[in-house]
Amino acid sequence: MQIHVNGKAHDVAATTLAALLAELDYHDKLVATAVNQTFVRAADRLATPLKPGDAVEILVPRQGG
Amino acid sequence: MRDVPFKVYDTVLRSRLLLGTAQYPSPAVLAAAVKASGAEVVTVSLRREAGANRAGESFWTLIRELGVRVLPNTAGCRSVKEAVTTAEMAREVFATDWIKLEVIGDDDLLQPDVFGLVEAAEILVRAGFKVFPYTTEDLRVAERLIGAGCEVLMPWGAPIGSGRGLNNVFGLQALRKNFPTTPLIIDAGIGTPAHAAAAMELGYDAILLNTAVAKAGDPVTMARAFALGIEAGRLAYSADPILPRDMAEPSTPQIGRAFSDLPKRA
Repeated sequence: MQIHVNGKAHDVAATTLAALLAELDYHDKLVATAVNQTFVRAADRLATPLKPGDAVEILVPRQGG
Repeated sequence: MRDVPFKVYDTVLRSRLLLGTAQYPSPAVLAAAVKASGAEVVTVSLRREAGANRAGESFWTLIRELGVRVLPNTAGCRSVKEAVTTAEMAREVFATDWIKLEVIGDDDLLQPDVFGLVEAAEILVRAGFKVFPYTTEDLRVAERLIGAGCEVLMPWGAPIGSGRGLNNVFGLQALRKNFPTTPLIIDAGIGTPAHAAAAMELGYDAILLNTAVAKAGDPVTMARAFALGIEAGRLAYSADPILPRDMAEPSTPQIGRAFSDLPKRA
């Protein structure tokens, strides 16, 4: 199915947020996630289903002012 | 006069300089600048990772090795929803309930959207965050933010990254006078240590800056200069400066001056 990850279209096999992170090689990284602008806790990723058209944000620590 | 400790949300900080971590020429210079500044708090953000280089991971390792407290921001957020979601994401990743809350209302001046700011602050305080709101010097907005549960305010000196210093000294003085016990941190617009010292002499509690250090020709030396300027300004404030006068007043005693019996002018 097609979803958006960090603003870009992706065709993915994953049907949950946790599976998506593994599919995109984020599984061992420190990231924060949101689906359709709603925060999803790390503990809830396994139980968070994805559907076509979802907008997923995967964010990492970066420099800031 | 004995100075009072600088305390935000039950945390006492020795340094009155909070430093941003963006725009440095290299990670090594960033680390050296943080050390030279003496800052105990640095600001950080959450961003999409570009490519597979794991830059975020190495950055976070560097910050942890510095042993400083982090203040995550919601920089660039333009709505309450974006800011609240970003804050929630930051709390999990950075394992802190501190959040520098930015809700930007204007693309050219990066002026806070104070209406969205108050709304987001109310939501985040209810959710257990310790909110550091990036605001203006507006008194009514300050009152609303404090009413929402913010225990510190961060008014701008000037637009972010502008280096203009204190654009509205009168307004900042009024804010200080109206909220004498609330920790007030000047956030944004500072260009030189003189600007920072001037803010501290007004009685502001601390300075948060980034660009003025990171983009200086020698960021490490500038970090040290800011630390000294802020300390000098705070000492001056606590030492009760004299008030300006319109007329001169001789500092050397007039009594006993030679020729004092002669007429003043021929």
